[in-house]
This record gives sequence, C-alpha cells and structure tokens, in this order.
Amino acid sequence: MNQQNTAVAADPEVGSSADPQIDTGAGLPVDAELLQLLTPAGERVETPENAAYRERVAHLDADALRGLYRDMVLTRRFDDESTSLQRQGELGLFPQSLGQEAAQIGSGRALSPQDYVFPSYREHGVAHTRGLDLADILRQFRGVDHGGWDPDEHNFHLYTLVIGSHTLHATGYAMGVQRDGLVGTGDPTKDTAVVTYFGDGATSQGDVSEALVFAAVNNAPLVLFCQNNQWAISEPTTKQSRVPIYQRAHGFGVPSVRVDGNDVLACYAATAEAIERAHSGGGPTFIEAYTYRMGAHTTSDDPTRYRTSEQEALWRRRDPIDRLRLLLEAEGAWDEQWAADLAAEGDALGERLRTFVRGLGRPSTESMFDHVYATEHSVVTAERQWFEEYEASFTDDGASRTHDQHGGAR
Amino acid sequence: MPTFEQFKLPDAGEGLTEAEIVQWHVAVGDEVTVNQTIVEIETAKSLVELPSPYTGVVAELLVAEGDTVEVGVPIIVVDTDPSGATSAGGPAAEPAAGEASGSGAVLVGYGVAEQASARRPRRGSAVAAAPSGPTAEPAPPVVAPAAPVAVPAAAAPVRPAPSGPIRALVSAATAGRTVLAKPPVRKLARDLGVELASVPATGPGGIITREDVLAYSARSEPRTLATYAGDDSPWLNDAGTGSSVTPDGRQTRVPVKSVRKRTAEAMVQSAFTAPHVTEFHTVDVTKTMKLVAKLREDREFKDVRVTPLLITARALLLAVRRHPDINASWDEAAQEIVYKHYVNLGIAAATPRGLVVPNIKDAHRLDLKGLAQGLSDLTATARAGRTTPADMSDGTITITNVGVFGIDTGTPILNPGEAAILAFGAIREQPWVHKGKIKKRWVTQLALSFDHRLVDGALGAYVLSDVAKILEDPAQALVWG
Repeated sequence: MNQQNTAVAADPEVGSSADPQIDTGAGLPVDAELLQLLTPAGERVETPENAAYRERVAHLDADALRGLYRDMVLTRRFDDESTSLQRQGELGLFPQSLGQEAAQIGSGRALSPQDYVFPSYREHGVAHTRGLDLADILRQFRGVDHGGWDPDEHNFHLYTLVIGSHTLHATGYAMGVQRDGLVGTGDPTKDTAVVTYFGDGATSQGDVSEALVFAAVNNAPLVLFCQNNQWAISEPTTKQSRVPIYQRAHGFGVPSVRVDGNDVLACYAATAEAIERAHSGGGPTFIEAYTYRMGAHTTSDDPTRYRTSEQEALWRRRDPIDRLRLLLEAEGAWDEQWAADLAAEGDALGERLRTFVRGLGRPSTESMFDHVYATEHSVVTAERQWFEEYEASFTDDGASRTHDQHGGAR
Repeated sequence: MPTFEQFKLPDAGEGLTEAEIVQWHVAVGDEVTVNQTIVEIETAKSLVELPSPYTGVVAELLVAEGDTVEVGVPIIVVDTDPSGATSAGGPAAEPAAGEASGSGAVLVGYGVAEQASARRPRRGSAVAAAPSGPTAEPAPPVVAPAAPVAVPAAAAPVRPAPSGPIRALVSAATAGRTVLAKPPVRKLARDLGVELASVPATGPGGIITREDVLAYSARSEPRTLATYAGDDSPWLNDAGTGSSVTPDGRQTRVPVKSVRKRTAEAMVQSAFTAPHVTEFHTVDVTKTMKLVAKLREDREFKDVRVTPLLITARALLLAVRRHPDINASWDEAAQEIVYKHYVNLGIAAATPRGLVVPNIKDAHRLDLKGLAQGLSDLTATARAGRTTPADMSDGTITITNVGVFGIDTGTPILNPGEAAILAFGAIREQPWVHKGKIKKRWVTQLALSFDHRLVDGALGAYVLSDVAKILEDPAQALVWG
C-alpha cells in the first residue's frame, strides 16, 4: 500500500508538502485513517466506523462542551501571557502549547483522578486538567525551581526536558501499578492507568521504542499519547518516519489509533478507549494526535526560518478552539454572557500570572538540601549545618545580591 | 505624581547578549497597554516583537531604530500614572523607579551580570571592610573568619602563583585565551604534564593539535645545565612535579615520589642486601646480526620487531634452561632459596615516568616469535606509561639493554627478588681477531650481575658464557634448544 502518495493527493492545498490527512473544511473527504468526530467547520462526523467513539462522547452535554471550551481558552491565555512574560524578560524560556489545546484538554479530561501522567514540557493543557495551578509551571521557566509542584498531589509528574526519557519512567510506573494490583479490579475508582505525553520528535529516540517494548511485553496499563505537531524543532515529521507514526506501534504489538489532534472530541474518545483498556488489564495503547505546533518550538526559536506561512495559515483554519465554538453555536449552546465572563476570567488569569511571576523570589539557598533524599540523611544534615555556619560567617545576609539583582549567577 | 517605569532590553533567546532595534511601534505620548507590542528587535536568532509590561503613556524612547543594544539596557520609559501631578524632575530624573519595581529585564538564570560581583564581607575580616582601590583587584580576604572551626576552605590561604620567570611569562601571554582541543589531545597533554593554555595552536580555528602538544612537550624537556654565565635560571619544567626553586634561585628542589621513589628504594634494598658480583664478557655477535637481518626479511616475522635484544633474550632463556639454579631468589625471612620453575623475563625500560622493569610472563614457554611479540607489547606499554604493578611483579631474571644508549656496558644492580641481571651493551663494529686475522666485526660486551649469596662465580660464568656462545653462533641454540 502506498499511503504517502495517496495521502498527499488528498490535500491539494499544500501541494507536495506532507500534510495530508485532515479535512480542511473545504469539502474534502475525511481520511479513513484519521479518527475525527468534529470537522474544522464545527460539524459532527458520523460514520459507521466511528460509532464506537461517538458513543464515548455522547454523554458530553452542552455544559460539558462549554467546560472543554473554557479549558482550551484558559490554556491558550496562559500560553499567550507566558510568552509575553518571556519577551518582557520575566521568564528565561517558554515552550508554547498553542494549537495543541484539543489534544491536551481532550485527553486530559478523559482521565480518572487516580490515573498518573508523565508529561514532557509542553503539556500546559494537561496540567490544567489535572488541577494544577498553571502559575506553578512558570517557576521552572523563570529558573527559580527545578519542578514547581508536588507530583503526587495531582498525579502529574514534573515536566521532563529530556526528550522521550519519561516514557520509560511512565512504563516503569505502569508496571508498578500493575504489581500493586490496581489493574482489572473492576472498581472504577481503583483501576489506574498511566499516561505519558511526548511528541513526534521523541519517537526518534530509542527511549520511546524501549518503552513500547516493555509496555507491550508486560501488558502495562500505559497510554502512550504522541502529539504529532509536525515539527521536532525544525525537523518535519516527514523526515523522521517512513510510515505514519501510529503504525510504528503495530510492530511492538501495541494497538494504536491516529486521531485529529485539533478535535477535542476525538481526542477525548480515543483516550477514553485507551484508558478503559488499561484499566481493565488490556495493556498499552498508542495514540497519535495529529496536530500542529502553531507557535515556535520555544521562545528561543524562529519557525519562519524553516516553514511557510501558507502551512501555518492552513492549520489556523483547523484551529481547535474555533471549531468547538462553531459546534456550540450550531447546537445552541453558545451564550454571550458566558463567553464574556470567560474572557474576563482569562484577563484575570493573565493579571494573576504577571503578578505572580514578578513576585517570584529566589528560593532560599537552604532549600537545595530539601529534596536530595526522601527521608532525613545524616550526610545531608551535616552539610546543611556546615552551610548554615558558612553563611553565618558573612556580615551581610546575602539578600541584597540574590533577591533584587537578577542574573548575578550564571 | 507620574510614575516612570523603565523597560530594559530582555534576553529574548537563551543567552543572547544584544539585539538590534528594528522598529518602534510606539512613539512618545502614545498610550500603551500591557502586552501591546511596542518594539521589534532582531537578535542573533530571530526577529522578535516585544510586548509592553506596563500600561501607561510612553514618556521616552531611550534607543533609536538601528541601534544595537546590550541586554539589560533600558530602552523605553513608560509613565504608568500619567494623570498624576507633573513632577519637576521628568522621566530621566527617576531612573531608579524601574529598578525598584524589581522587574529588571535581565533574565533570571541567563542574564548578563550587571556589575562586577563584589565579594561579600566576612565577619571579623579587616581586609574586606576596607574599600578596595579602583585599580587593583580586591584582595582575597585571608583573615580567618571568627566562625566555628567547622568553617573550612574559604579561609585557606590562596595558593601562590607558580614561581619562576618562564611560567610567569607564559601565564601573562596566554591569559584569557580560550583553549580549544579535542578530548584525546587534552588527555595527552594531561599525561605529558603539559599545560594546554601554554601550547601554541596550529590547527584550524585555533585548535591545539596532538602535534602541537608533542612539540611543546619536547621543547619542555629538561634542558642541559647552564654552561655559560647568564643561563643559570631555573630550567626544570615543574608541571606536576611539585618542584620549588630555592630562595637564592640557584637550585630547584623536587620532592621524591612515585617511580623515582620506588626505584631508589628498590636499588638501596638490592644493593645493600644482595652482595653483587659482576662478570664481563666481550663477544663477536656478527652472526647474530646476520640472523637478525635474515629474520627481518622472513614473512613469519613480518609483524614483529626483530632486534639483537630478542636474540639475547632467547639466549638467556636457553642459558637458564641449562642452569636453572640461576633463576632463583633468596628468602631472607624463611632462610630459604626459592628456585622458580618458570621464567618471568624482566626488561628494564626507560620511560617518561622513569625506570620500570616489567616482565614477560612465562617467557620460557614462548617461541622466538612469541617472545618478539611479548617484547613489543611490553615496550609499547611501558612507553605509553601504562605499565601496571602486575606487569612488574614476580620477575625472575632481568635484561637491561644499556646498549640502546650507546653504552658499552655497566654493572647492573639486581631487580629485588631476583638472583641475576644481564646488561647488554652497544654493538659496535670493531677490529677483531677472526680466524687468525684482524677483521671488522660486530662486537658487544655482556655483563652479568648476580647475588653471591646463592650464586657462585662459577654458575654466573656458565650462564654468561652460554649467552655469549649463542650470540657468537646462534646455531648453538639448535644444539641446546
């Protein structure tokens, strides 16, 4: 079968660039390989093949849909505000999730509270669904904290900056869950799945293949959620894989599905299916959410150097938030007052983030001893005592150079 | 009263130090809101639009389009309270307001240090309390802090700079230069004790190459003593030796350690416990030289190095086979003589680290080619300085090839724990009585030292004579082998 050729032909708008799969709303047929429940025009897709998935989102009423919309809008506001804060010199770096809100919110909202998430570093939307205060994320990107939150508080592990390595952590954690007997009990409050988020670029790392091997042979309750945002920094997916990424999972014996990553309902449905499989002892699932990184890789990157504005414009028409708004309007669930309140909520979030970030002080130097060991350790205790005595030997308290004077330490 | 806030140029990438102002999107008097784009800048990485951190009225643009501005420099002043009463001072009079707000634009963790960092004053430190002069580097406080004894290192006196005029010159000339070298070259430099910063680079882009290091190392070799006035400055390359020049500048003292120390101990122990006797024998080795030349042509030996030393080693092994009681040692503690049923043949080698005597294990089992291979391996390892203690332990008899230095012979001192050592001198063309006539022949001198506690003169003579006979006529080896 010659997928690549047929795929290219399906999308004349981008010519020969490999951006094949998604209905642009211009009346093109939906690719059979792609699970889509909501078109960019905001219309529900109903085919015999997707009946099972439609079933999984059938319970999402107008309130629930508005909830998903709110999640995505607030995530995007967080994204915009954080980018501005970086440009204003308040953050060292920021990786935007712009354009990937549906993939993150749709999947994140399909999880149960007891499920455990291993994110990479762009999963702001997932963090939001796990109940994190988004402001906490900015501690790390301001460079004052190695993490920013207690992973066990929200079952949301710290951001991992090393590409792909956390998929192994997730696999190991899932095997632990399995050994704790938290799989296949039939108790929906007990059965636990582990979800790991990574990008298309990570699939080029050996770690992800290892994770697939171990998750498959151990039948681990794991969901490997790959957000294919088309770009590994400046390297397009087409240069990273000869086959669609979701097909790679087949070779490992892991069932997989490719969903429209800008379709919050499809992402929800596919994740719900994978979570159910994991909970029931059915083993791992690989989900490829086909989406697009609308922003730069990070604030240090300049995507205009390697991709065209036509491509960006094409994907802008597939925006995940716009299409849900169209659906809400079409189904009479749109409420202007509610929308205005949401806008105000976004502004308040922006204001809160600005104040929070600007007020973030340097952590106390003593805190470096806090997380070396989980329990008290005699060597660390001795070193802490030594350090306190050393600090006490200075006539100033060090505060003048550490709190006000940014950038002293390089 | 108006409140003026400065916005300093942030680092819009990671670790950028400057940016060019491409275009202002606002002018003085314009109202701006938070996150409104105010300026477009170009960094080394990209074009970036900067959003305003303030809401207010633009009071002043501090840099012009086209200017290249360093990160941390204020670029715009915004009046965040324009409805307040006008103050006499104007924006420029209140630059401190922006700083006080704590939103300095240099990035945490990335930014450029705004000023040279000053040392924090220590309690009880008179030095630190005094203002440091503008020209001099602040002196490191060496006064001990009045803190508990547990407070360490920081109070330790600063290590004195390397002494000697040569090193001082080198340091001054290379100060501040970035050293570029690949890891293997860095390791080589470390092994040779060469300070990379001192090595002139010839590689592309100023990279220091392997050849650069070797050339520098060769030049840094100890030079001959002064032979004329004015050249009596210290010459010893002190890298890694811990040497120090005496206060009068006329001597360099080097602590005795490592190989030198072990050599000294071994020699003293050997020389003053085993009564040494040395016997000499001058021998015509012309036939050995012919054999060496022939073997070098032999395909069988094309991969190994064939030398007169190889034949000598073989000869000694045959002599040991005929007189095994030479291959022994004196056990003083047990009051026993220990006869070895194996030969671990030691080869004394001069290496960059000093004299080492590794041995070829079970040399008696090796054929000529195996022995040649063993010799090559042993010398290569020794030259590379990788000889291990195991390589040097449990030797049973040794050859020292003093001939490589052009020396006729010497009176070798026994490797401790062995009963005999053979010195192999230089092979020279000399007039020699051969078949009744004076001929030009290849001649060398052999010297065998032995421990007279367990080896008598006769036994030593038999062994030395056997070796000589084989070197004189290698065919003799067929008879004895």
